[in-house]
Amino acid sequence: MRVLAAMSGGVDSAVAAARAVDAGHDVVGVHLALSRMPGTLRTGSRGCCTVEDSNDAWRACDLLGIPYYVWDFSERFKEDVVQDFIDEYAAGRTPNPCMRCNERIKFAALLEKAIALGFDAVCTGHYAKVITDADGNPELHRAADWAKDQSYVLGVLTHEQLKHSMFPLADTPSKAEVRAEAEARGLSVAKKPDSHDICFIPDGDTAGWLAEKIDMTDGEIVDETGAKVGGHTGSNQFTVGQRRGLKLGTPAADGKPRFVLEIRPKENKVIVGPHALLAIDEIKGIKVSWAGLPIAEVATGVEFDCYAQVRAHGDPVPARAFVTEVTDDGVTRQRLNVTLVEPLRGVAPGQTIVLYQGSRVLGQATIDTARSLARPDLP
Amino acid sequence: MYLDHAATTPISAPALAALTSVIARSGNPSSLHGAGRRARATVEASRETIAKAAGAHPTEVIFTSGGTESDNLAVKGLFWSRNAAEPARKRILVSSVEHAAVQDTVEWLEKHEGAEAVWLPVDESGTVSLAALEKEMSDGGADSIALLTCMWANNEVGTIQPIAEIVALASQHGIPVHSDAVQAFGSIPVNFKESGLAAMSISGHKIGGPVGVGALLLGRAVKLTPVQHGGGQERSVRSGTLDTAGIAAFAAAAQDVTDNLAIENPRIAALRDGIIAAVRSAVPEAVLRGVDPAVNPAGRLPGNAHFTFPGCEGDSLLFLLDMAGIESSTGSACTAGVPRPSHVLLAMGLDEDTARGAQRFSLGHTSSHKDVDAFVAALPDAHARAKTAGMAGHQSSIQTASTR
Repeated sequence: MRVLAAMSGGVDSAVAAARAVDAGHDVVGVHLALSRMPGTLRTGSRGCCTVEDSNDAWRACDLLGIPYYVWDFSERFKEDVVQDFIDEYAAGRTPNPCMRCNERIKFAALLEKAIALGFDAVCTGHYAKVITDADGNPELHRAADWAKDQSYVLGVLTHEQLKHSMFPLADTPSKAEVRAEAEARGLSVAKKPDSHDICFIPDGDTAGWLAEKIDMTDGEIVDETGAKVGGHTGSNQFTVGQRRGLKLGTPAADGKPRFVLEIRPKENKVIVGPHALLAIDEIKGIKVSWAGLPIAEVATGVEFDCYAQVRAHGDPVPARAFVTEVTDDGVTRQRLNVTLVEPLRGVAPGQTIVLYQGSRVLGQATIDTARSLARPDLP
Repeated sequence: MYLDHAATTPISAPALAALTSVIARSGNPSSLHGAGRRARATVEASRETIAKAAGAHPTEVIFTSGGTESDNLAVKGLFWSRNAAEPARKRILVSSVEHAAVQDTVEWLEKHEGAEAVWLPVDESGTVSLAALEKEMSDGGADSIALLTCMWANNEVGTIQPIAEIVALASQHGIPVHSDAVQAFGSIPVNFKESGLAAMSISGHKIGGPVGVGALLLGRAVKLTPVQHGGGQERSVRSGTLDTAGIAAFAAAAQDVTDNLAIENPRIAALRDGIIAAVRSAVPEAVLRGVDPAVNPAGRLPGNAHFTFPGCEGDSLLFLLDMAGIESSTGSACTAGVPRPSHVLLAMGLDEDTARGAQRFSLGHTSSHKDVDAFVAALPDAHARAKTAGMAGHQSSIQTASTR
């Protein structure tokens, strides 16, 4: 196959590309330029957006003996990922920009260009597995190493996208093994630190970064009874489940810490309450997609057992789900209705809920409403 | 097939011979003993050769590490010395299609040294507006001008600038003019003395010499504040031990290109016309940027063909041609590693989308009809595919959860 290896400059994508070469594929390395003015050298915890990262990717390709190019996706990234991130926060939701990047950049803008230019697949260093059935239909599964598993952030990929996706790290027992392999292959990035945080927020200060982009005005923090317990400098800087940085003047009656339960951007209000009220039992999801062919119950609307996960490294909990259809302006869209058998804490609208059966990823939806049976009506 | 001679051109046989023979001999040209004198003799002979090739006096040749250093030295050095003599001289008149070596230097002077840049507009062919230049110098405006800098020929679209007219206008007001002649020298006749320029940058590796050596031609009477300080070599304008072997090879290349210019210029222009004809026939919608040589043969560098391909991303085309063994360029420098639409094309009035579809094909001394033939064979398929891939700036048509 002709394979385009997306090279971030990190160790995972370098080893993934190396394995694709070993498997006999015709591989070309491409680094995605996602920022118009990338920094020169890597600082802190980010690892995909500087010229140094691009050079690291280049050196890995040199070593593998494959061609290397830098393609500019900065405009698309700005619109599809960065602007979306700002818009979602401005609407009081908590988006996952990495997921969005997989959905619209790596496996859409890049994949589409790759296919047009004659490639068969895009290869990345994600820890997840694509299993193809006898008819050529792909299924997305968790990586062998569940601790490193990244199937959650790929849960948004569709049947068409998965058909052209290649994740050579799938069965690697651990990240340590990938680093050892990089070392053995002589890849200079073997010891490069993992990247985390959001790549387009240079110092990791999300609240500070957002404050420059979103109008923030002072407002009230109220508790679950509606009583004012403090003030804030802008409701959009908070995340559901957040405990730190609330600076509440009035202590809780029981003296226990309080958490953000809900953000209401229209009222510029933040509602806080005890930990117990964070437990979410019911989730409704919009922007539904299926990772491969949907299971039979999707069409029939019959409820099915599954596991639900709401953040990249969160634990999955048992759940029941069914699909309904809503027609709006003549367009029929699916909605996902999930009942969590075990409640989850810190679930925020805007987050993605990914459904699993065993290791298989069924699909995902963006959380529209999250309901707690313990607090049916917040004031 | 190498179609990127404007980026760098293979070393010529005489230059390679000079480089390998001289580099084996030791000797610092500033030393006073035999080895030093031998090295110095090589440097001075080379200086004379380059002076002759560029129409300058040997004392006017300041050796540097290449075009970028020459541009920095000329622009900063002229600004500082002219500004020091008369603090009112803050303005730098500069064409809006300069190479980054000049553009960035001017922007740096603006940011750190109180300079004020006046970017001279160009027309759609990339030619600097003489009317705009005249306007800036009229009504006493000349008194606030430190220098004027305008490239001799553009590196992206090959447009040859009206240097004689520019210098004539500037000299009425005693304004020194620098020209980056890196692309022009060795490709078209360039004569420093006849040009009336105060300073002119040339580079070794664009003419078949090695990378890492170049020169600033600097008029004898022109005062320049040095950028680099040290042992006082090169009229105390450019300190640093001279690269004897590089200089010898540069001189050999300069002599070779100027000796053969009368033959090579039309030969390369004919190949270039073949490329233009091939592109126009394979992709009728492609637009030749710069001066059409069929209309004005003297307005364009003989080795430059530059097109924009509507609906194609330049880097898609570059990739596909590269895979087919054709080495071309999008023409613009990579800003911090990210390919951006060319400032030259934007200055010529193109919008960003159109500018992103740029591809430069540049020819040189090793080019032959075989290059053109291979290019003609590879272009239609590469173009068709690149067009399918579309523009990276546009939204992907792949439907996902958030687009449905």
